[in-house]
Amino acid sequence: MDYAAIFVIQVAYAIASLALISVGLAVIYGMMRVINFAHGEFLMLGGYAVILPVQAGVNVWFAMLVIAPLAVGLFGVVVERIVIRPLYGRVIDTVLATWGLSLLLIGLASAALGYYQEGSKPPLGSVVIGAYRESVYTFFVIGITAAIMLALYVGLKRTRFGLLARGTMQNSAMAAGLGVDTGKVYAATFGLGAALSGLAGGILAPISGVVPVIGATYIAKAFITVISGGATVLAGTASAATLLGAVNQVVTFLSTPVVGEVALLAAAIILLRLLPAGITGRLFRGGI
Amino acid sequence: MSGQILETRGLSKRFGGVPAVDGVDFRLAEGELRCLIGPNGAGKSTFFKMITGQLRPSGGRVLFRGEDVTGEERHLLAKRGIGIKTQVPSLFDGISVRESLYLAARRFHSPREALRIVDGILAETGLHAVAERRVGELAHGQRQWVELGMVLAREPLLMLLDEPTAGMTPDETAHTAALIGKLRQQRAIIVVEHDMQFVRMIAEGVTVFHQGRILMEAPISEVLGDPRVREVYLGAHSERHA
Amino acid sequence: MSNRASSAGGIVIAALGVAALIGVPYVVELFTLVDVAVYCILSILALSLAFVWGYAGILSFGQSAFFGLGGYAYAMAVINLGESTVPVLAGILVPMIFAALLGYFMIYGRVSDVYLAVITLTVSLILYHLINSTSGPEYTIGRARLGGHNGVPGLPPINVPGNASAPLDYADTFRLSLGALLLVYFTLRAVIASRFGRVLVAIRENELRAELLGYDSRRYKLMAFTLGAGIAGFAGVLFASWGSFIGPSVFGIAFAAQVIVWILVGGLGTLGGAVVGTVLIQYLTTWLGQTKALPAMLGLSKIDPSLVLGIVLILFVLLVPSGILPTLRKLLRSRQAAASA
Repeated sequence: MDYAAIFVIQVAYAIASLALISVGLAVIYGMMRVINFAHGEFLMLGGYAVILPVQAGVNVWFAMLVIAPLAVGLFGVVVERIVIRPLYGRVIDTVLATWGLSLLLIGLASAALGYYQEGSKPPLGSVVIGAYRESVYTFFVIGITAAIMLALYVGLKRTRFGLLARGTMQNSAMAAGLGVDTGKVYAATFGLGAALSGLAGGILAPISGVVPVIGATYIAKAFITVISGGATVLAGTASAATLLGAVNQVVTFLSTPVVGEVALLAAAIILLRLLPAGITGRLFRGGI
Repeated sequence: MSGQILETRGLSKRFGGVPAVDGVDFRLAEGELRCLIGPNGAGKSTFFKMITGQLRPSGGRVLFRGEDVTGEERHLLAKRGIGIKTQVPSLFDGISVRESLYLAARRFHSPREALRIVDGILAETGLHAVAERRVGELAHGQRQWVELGMVLAREPLLMLLDEPTAGMTPDETAHTAALIGKLRQQRAIIVVEHDMQFVRMIAEGVTVFHQGRILMEAPISEVLGDPRVREVYLGAHSERHA
Repeated sequence: MSNRASSAGGIVIAALGVAALIGVPYVVELFTLVDVAVYCILSILALSLAFVWGYAGILSFGQSAFFGLGGYAYAMAVINLGESTVPVLAGILVPMIFAALLGYFMIYGRVSDVYLAVITLTVSLILYHLINSTSGPEYTIGRARLGGHNGVPGLPPINVPGNASAPLDYADTFRLSLGALLLVYFTLRAVIASRFGRVLVAIRENELRAELLGYDSRRYKLMAFTLGAGIAGFAGVLFASWGSFIGPSVFGIAFAAQVIVWILVGGLGTLGGAVVGTVLIQYLTTWLGQTKALPAMLGLSKIDPSLVLGIVLILFVLLVPSGILPTLRKLLRSRQAAASA
């Protein structure tokens, strides 16, 4: 019974962490059709935005929930202006430029910070479930991911910014004609995606530590989740994360983590073959 | 059955719940030239795209020379002898006119035959002056002729032309009408058009579409005088110039 | 006009190539020979992507994976068989078979461009994970251990066909690498000029129109994809032989990225550009890793190659988006036009 509980918690955690690392990328891809290859490095920056202040004495929750998203979000706005905006519509060029940005950030981080390996002890301690121990932080991650998705849904559907952003995404010419400053909307949208990535990196920092190259561990999975999900931001990320996260965790339980990883990747390939536009390409057109 | 080069039976297409084309029975004889007309949204383009394989029908069948070709792969339709000119011109912008025509001809002919065909088409369409230019650099009317030329190079049994004179000047339109006039005996042709001047220049038989169905089929003279047709076009003035 | 220019260019390249094949080992130091050899080998890999992407229009992140498969196939075969002729063939065929299957799956499934790129990347990662996890002694093919993240060291290099006790020395390795590069380059030129190549380009320009003309685009693209994999695999074989080693990093995302960068810098849509881009970037990366003067000037202990590579990439995309060779060509053409005006 307790084993089953642990299993369910682990699956939920796998799904949540996959959704968490993907949602920032999904906002940018879903709303701007931009494929941001520096996404992993935004996560990395979010991680450092927690580790470094904490070492300087700042409260970890403040660093995680305020500093990380703000810092990376602002950085995202700058990046959008300099790198993304000149390349609108040029999909491949954007991929390559953001790839260059990714290398640049790794290089800068390596040169400036060397190799920090922190975070073997997540805060909040652990809780006992039957014969097992589960870290409370696991529940925190699951909970906050759900909260983020909910907040994003409400924000996009109900707020004025959300309306402007969705309108600009669907028809920028029309939006511009109605007087919307599309440049500002794009900058803010990219900034939002960056902030979400920074937040994700900050949340995961206590668990996995931060090194300059940690982006590489995230980018592939985030990418695959977003593309498999299709262009609809929330429904896509949620459905893809659920499917792939569950496959990953279930297969890992049945064999080894490596096979679990391979299963996730294989499931994504099969998914793309069956639904070439991603899960929501067919099912949730036009929604978020 | 013999003599029918193209036939559709109960051909339909639904988008969501809306039938854009609703159970259309259509027949075309060998060597016949037919124009499809109708106001915007009447379903003629959708109908056309189902024949060309660009859209999958929701129901019904398409028969070419008695054989069912519904939903067949595009390159196989070409192999059967169907030549298609799309509504938005599909061209090889980065390649020269001569190369485009050569590739079109070479698919089903030997190299020497293909070269002969290319020269012939360059002369017919008047494109020999720009033969070495990249298609992407040409004016709109010339691009339409390149596409027409590529269709002709295949020497098809059935030509399906979607708005061949869109964006053309009156002179260019007249030239195109003359071109088609020369072709009509050798092959069956379906033309979807908005430009009534052009239709008058070339048409024998006309099929009028309305709300996804065929309203009437008759020689051009009857159609133009028919009160129902005029009513259908009321408010959607059909004389169109680029 | 431009046809004659490119034939003249081809003859010049061939002549220079032959001269280099014969003369370079006498003129140049040993480890420069070794360096140049690997530049040639990586250029072959770049050419495979230049063909598949620049001419067939298929953006594949998997060329490095085919490179890796070729290297590993060679490694496994040469350890078991002792003589290198069959392993070389294996290193070319194994990636081609793999590509044929994967390509059929993607191309006949009409997966769109972006997703095809993602799938090829994903496949590379799957291979990376799989190979990396084969560290234990139980993972063997015949007598050869897969080696996991340690890779397969001590590979016998290519020998003169039929004579296993006559492996190639450094000068011969250089000649083999340069010779292979020239062979692949001219073969691809011939393919592109052939009817097959011309149809491929048409498909790249407008797939719908090519199909309406009666060409089965799926078949052409699959053939191009498979050929590209064979060339990449061939490069992988040469690489494994050159370094007597093959490891799982060739399946990693960083190496996959490098191949793309080479093409971007050199110019998409050219063959010569692939070689230019490769040599430039690799030389830059190596030099940056070794130089002491530049970091000292900037007050750093060393320069991280990632940093400079990243800046180069960004600058190139923003300022020289078509790459070096096409930009040079355009400049030359406008100079000629201005001169004759």
